[in-house]
Amino acid sequence: MAGIRIGDALARLWEVVVRRVDRPLFAIAMAIVGVGFVTLFSAADQSVARLTNQAVSLGIALAAMWLIANVPPQTLSRIALPLYLAGVVMLVGVALFGVVVNGSRRWLDLGVVRFQPSELMKIALPLMLAWYFQKREGRIGWADFVLAALLIAVPAWLVKRQPDLGTGLLLTASGFYVLFLAGLSWKVIVGLAAVGAAAGPLMWAQLHDYQRQRILTFIDPSTDPLGAGYHTTQASIAIGSGGVVGKGWLNGTQAHLDFLPEKHTDFIFAVFGEEFGLIGNVLLVILYLVLIARAMMIASNASTLFARLIAGAVTLMLFTYAFVNMGMVSGILPVVGVPLPFVSYGGTAMVSLFIGIGILMSVQAHRKLVTS
Amino acid sequence: MIRRRLFSKRRRASDTGAFGASELRNPERELVRFRRRLAIAGGAVLVAFAVLVGRFAYLQVAQHGHFRTLAETNRIAIVPIAPNRGVITDRNGVVLAQSYSAYTLEIQPARVRDLEATIDALAGVVDIAPRDRKRFRKLMEESKNFESLPIRTKLTDDEVARFAANRYRFPGVEIKARLFRHYPFGAVASHVIGYIGRITERDLARIASWEEGADYKGTDTIGKVGVELTYERELHGTTGVEEVEVDAAGRAVRTLSRTPPVSGNNLRLSIDINLQAAAEAAFGDRRGALVAIEPATGDVLAFVSMPGYDPNLFVDGIDTASWQELNESPDKPLLNRPLRGAYPPGSTIKPFLALGALTSGKRTPTQAFADPGYFQLAGAAHRFRDDKKGGHGTVDMTKAIVVSCDTYFYLLANDTDIDDTWRFMSSLGFGRPTGIDIEGEVSGVMPSREWKRQRFSAAQYREEHRKWYLGDTISAGIGQGYTTFTPVQLAHATATIANGGVAFRPHLVQRVEDARTGKARAIAREPAYSLGVKPEHLEVIRNALVLVNREGTSAAAFRGAAYVSGGKTGTAQVFSLKGEEYKAHQVDERLRDHAWYIAYAPAEKPTIALAVLVENGGFGAQAAAPIARQVLDYYLLGLKAAGPAPLHDGPAPDADDTSD
Repeated sequence: MAGIRIGDALARLWEVVVRRVDRPLFAIAMAIVGVGFVTLFSAADQSVARLTNQAVSLGIALAAMWLIANVPPQTLSRIALPLYLAGVVMLVGVALFGVVVNGSRRWLDLGVVRFQPSELMKIALPLMLAWYFQKREGRIGWADFVLAALLIAVPAWLVKRQPDLGTGLLLTASGFYVLFLAGLSWKVIVGLAAVGAAAGPLMWAQLHDYQRQRILTFIDPSTDPLGAGYHTTQASIAIGSGGVVGKGWLNGTQAHLDFLPEKHTDFIFAVFGEEFGLIGNVLLVILYLVLIARAMMIASNASTLFARLIAGAVTLMLFTYAFVNMGMVSGILPVVGVPLPFVSYGGTAMVSLFIGIGILMSVQAHRKLVTS
Repeated sequence: MIRRRLFSKRRRASDTGAFGASELRNPERELVRFRRRLAIAGGAVLVAFAVLVGRFAYLQVAQHGHFRTLAETNRIAIVPIAPNRGVITDRNGVVLAQSYSAYTLEIQPARVRDLEATIDALAGVVDIAPRDRKRFRKLMEESKNFESLPIRTKLTDDEVARFAANRYRFPGVEIKARLFRHYPFGAVASHVIGYIGRITERDLARIASWEEGADYKGTDTIGKVGVELTYERELHGTTGVEEVEVDAAGRAVRTLSRTPPVSGNNLRLSIDINLQAAAEAAFGDRRGALVAIEPATGDVLAFVSMPGYDPNLFVDGIDTASWQELNESPDKPLLNRPLRGAYPPGSTIKPFLALGALTSGKRTPTQAFADPGYFQLAGAAHRFRDDKKGGHGTVDMTKAIVVSCDTYFYLLANDTDIDDTWRFMSSLGFGRPTGIDIEGEVSGVMPSREWKRQRFSAAQYREEHRKWYLGDTISAGIGQGYTTFTPVQLAHATATIANGGVAFRPHLVQRVEDARTGKARAIAREPAYSLGVKPEHLEVIRNALVLVNREGTSAAAFRGAAYVSGGKTGTAQVFSLKGEEYKAHQVDERLRDHAWYIAYAPAEKPTIALAVLVENGGFGAQAAAPIARQVLDYYLLGLKAAGPAPLHDGPAPDADDTSD
């Protein structure tokens, strides 16, 4: 009897635990995490300590994912405005009292930890926009898009002047994805693109020297092979020398002889590409593709506009991170500080990504509840 | 399972159906628009990922070879391993030069940001003297590439350990094991052995000009003078190579393959270091040269140039002060006198001219002449004076050599065409290099009509300068005028006479030995050529030379010798006194005559022939012959002299009898 009851209790507990977890999404994300651990073991020169740290981060990230998955989208929409306002206030705080590290003012010193409000904003901004469009559902006009553009511009500008151009652009992208999915007119999109192209020279004048240098180096890395172009050059050598089948796990010379910079964080993809070759790269791209397909399906099936928009924006941000990282490591995009989702070493990114997965799961799990 | 749920369209259709029924038309249209937008985004994702895959294919397939090469060049460094330089020994196997391994502290200036600060910090770890800094600065100026340069050489074990513990503080600074050359005898035989020094641009050009390319990648020193220079390619050996895997900081991680270096060949010199040391000691602090040759082989037994220098000073870069001292000394310690010093031979030329006269038939041994004490050319007022007022009486060839009668040789010169004299004398090796095996030998001058024409061919000379005069012939007849010989040439010609007219090319290196197999290759000891003189003519000359040492000009120096020797003294004018009598003590020391002496012994079967020059020594009999006596005593009898050779062994010749 008791045995059965304990069994029942465990079964019910398991049911509670997995109820809101979307198994396909989770399985694919964990597969990529697995690739990450395997690559990290090599990239970190077989350091068990790094793997342990990453495992702890993963634990925290999964807990956050589970929590968010169990929060209904309405609840999430309710905290959107306060979260956004808090984020903007903190960004202003950074501008006024922030800690300067490596020449940029990005951190708030909270006594115990240093906190980067721009990370919070990456989630808060799409939430805020989704919430706003949800409120205006059925009455959305051009004035709403103007307001939304302002909501994007304020934090993006604050981040850009830290200076952190990469994150500023990513923030703008995340906001733009919401606008795009909310039905922003094609005319406006094309118009913005035209204005953006025309404003290029003006923007150039606004950039800091190191930012210009990065862009110039991106156009031709060989101009400065030991300086700004070093990262790109060595990463291309790593990937290219991997060939079709790769040099084999733990056998990448570029990685293990320290020619690759940032090899366990932003440039971990070069280690992967060197050791697993074109076959590995294509398989990894397919994994991301499947993840994005599943996430798009969730967005597509979401029951409310808020849920659709936030799920769609999170999906496209996942894609953006993966594409920008692999693009910069393989030399088709300039170097910006974007980690490879679920693979790069680092706790903050891992937690943020699984919060995004959690949002998707929440959307998927609560679609019937809303309609009924 | 996953597949089905991911790609199932059924569920989506039913969802929209249920959803749409309970909602307004407007939201439904929005949902359709949202899905359209999402599909567009999905298309963009596909395109973007396709671009990525295309990029990967480009890098990993199309450009794979290129990047693989780049990765390999990143990874693999070819490290040359310097071969061990050959050992130089004397004829009895006594080591004269060898290399040993020691630690040096080296800085790669290209990798160090603040050189001065780094050196200051290093001085806290190992001793760095101001001399080391100066030398380092000099090396910096000389080197143009990214090589690493020694700031300290020959570190002690203690210093190596201390630096190793502090290594992390000094990027671009490394300890390296290097080979150092050591010359245990210091200045003894320094002009034979020479020295090695750091490779300069000029050396690099020389290395590049060698037909079979030599690999000097791991080597930073090269022979500069002496045997070290001439036999550089024997001594150097073959550079080995190690393929090592390096990390981004350039540190070697592991060795991939290794081709060991091949040590250079060892050289066995023909000189006897004990004889050499005895000869140098005989000079005391006098300047001069001595060359001793084994007549039957051409082996150079001793090769003295005084003063010498300590070759060890040059090995790891000589400091400026020592260099200036050597270079600017009036004693010219860096001048290789036997090889590069050409001096008028004076009376030492006489036996050779006499042999020429016998061979050409201009004179017979017994033909005698009356010597009035001078010689006068027909129709000229100038008298070519003999060294003895009133002359030597009736003089035949033997007496002319024994008493060194100038008039006899003035007459001989007057009877002989200078070009005939030149032809015979150059067959003895005068006026051309003997071919001794160290670089830099000068030819000296055995004058001829052609020589004079060439010598004064420049535009500032007129025809009367270029023309040969009979007076020139007369001066040449007693080894003055234009005539200059090197000590090597005189020793070589003396050895040829001592060896019955068969000449050997003089050589300092006897054998080249392979360090590994021990196989030796002898340097050619076959006779180079024969003079083609009649033995009975040679006999006349050799008898006369024996008489010189028995009762002639150098009898005093050889009194009581336990062997029979032949010799000839000579005095070379440095400064011409017009018509005045020469008084040694009244002339500045540097303008005094050079003293010459040639000899061979034992007379019946000579085992050694030599030429001695004492710069500004005065009379040959006085200054040079006693040195030869000490050397012969040591070589033939093993007698060791207590000190430098005495200036004169007997009564000084008076002013009226200055024959030598």
